[in-house]
Amino acid sequence: MHRELKIVWKNFFNWVFGNGPRPENEVIPVEPPPDLPFTQKPKDKYSRFHEATLKERYEQWLEIHGLHIFAVLYSGLSILTCVVIVCLLLATVAELPPFGHERNPANNEVIRRYVEHGGHETGAQNIVAGLILDYRAFDTFGESAVLFTAAVSVLMMLGASRRNKIKNAPSLKSDGNFPRRESPFEEPILRGVASLSIPAILMLGCVVVINGHLTPGGGFSGGAILSTALILAANAYGFERVHEFFNERTFIISSSTALMIYALSKGYSFFTGANHFYSIIPKGTVGNILSAGLILPLNICVGLIVAGTLYTFYALFSKGDL
Amino acid sequence: MIILEWLLLIFLIVCAIAVSISKNLLNSVIIFMSYSLVMAVIWVLLRSPDLAITEAAVGAGVTSVLFFLALRKIGQLGHEKENNEAK
Repeated sequence: MHRELKIVWKNFFNWVFGNGPRPENEVIPVEPPPDLPFTQKPKDKYSRFHEATLKERYEQWLEIHGLHIFAVLYSGLSILTCVVIVCLLLATVAELPPFGHERNPANNEVIRRYVEHGGHETGAQNIVAGLILDYRAFDTFGESAVLFTAAVSVLMMLGASRRNKIKNAPSLKSDGNFPRRESPFEEPILRGVASLSIPAILMLGCVVVINGHLTPGGGFSGGAILSTALILAANAYGFERVHEFFNERTFIISSSTALMIYALSKGYSFFTGANHFYSIIPKGTVGNILSAGLILPLNICVGLIVAGTLYTFYALFSKGDL
Repeated sequence: MIILEWLLLIFLIVCAIAVSISKNLLNSVIIFMSYSLVMAVIWVLLRSPDLAITEAAVGAGVTSVLFFLALRKIGQLGHEKENNEAK
């Protein structure tokens, strides 16, 4: 029994560390990687540079730079810092209130207000949606704005390098990084699965976005599902097909329009609510699709921004432009 | 149900340790994906389906795709290595 346990543990250990038996057709490159930062070759024991453990690389670095005295100091200081931080965190955990106790500071009148009056104050059946898109809508607005700003800045930086590259080199695609995209019908399995699943994923994303105020989900998760459908389409049919209906111009226009609609409508809602003016936005019946005031359009706005941004990140990092 | 929760939690811990000590980066990303998937199931058991949907879509879907993309960019995927070898 003991021996079998040992064998199981050893197999698991080998699997985790990648030392297990290799498939016979795997090609192990023997030459050292070209951009080795050091002048010397890695040891023969590890044919691939990344297989040398971090410790060995660190020791190589120490040898080259002659920093043996500092190594002891560094390791001692790092252990000391870790121990201090662990002790601090454990002391903080010991000071925390018990889990689920009714007199915890989190169980105050705010929660009661949300749970009891959230339904008829926001019109949303999903209290979480009513919370993040009605009571605390400016938080969500900030998140969407941060996502959009990050995407636009990445677009600017990578786009600038792309324009420089186009001046020098004829095309980014001809450097051999994307040999699979060239010929159509080369991946029938991927295309078949994609043609079956992309409509389903798109439908699911739309349902999650549009029913955000009734069922779990909402703009962010629905937008992420939509973006995975776009990424799958780009992988199966090539970026050109997606580019026909979703390009840089579409992304900028849809995202900035969604952000503007969000800011204006929520600003109006907060202005009238804070000053006790009459608001023209109807609440509707709780449980209907067209209800819950602004939550449905806000969910759609957030979904558009998230879907566009995540797909933009993928396209930018994958091929360099949108 | 309690046993199921314990099983899932133990799986989470094993996954978390295996991600950090696995040397093959592709294995790490796949283990991380399974971690997110199990985490989504745990969110459902904890009665927060909102978080479960987000975890499944973002944690298991989008971040893994971005990780795979990063691995391809630094040439750590198997077939890319063979392609470079062929060249």
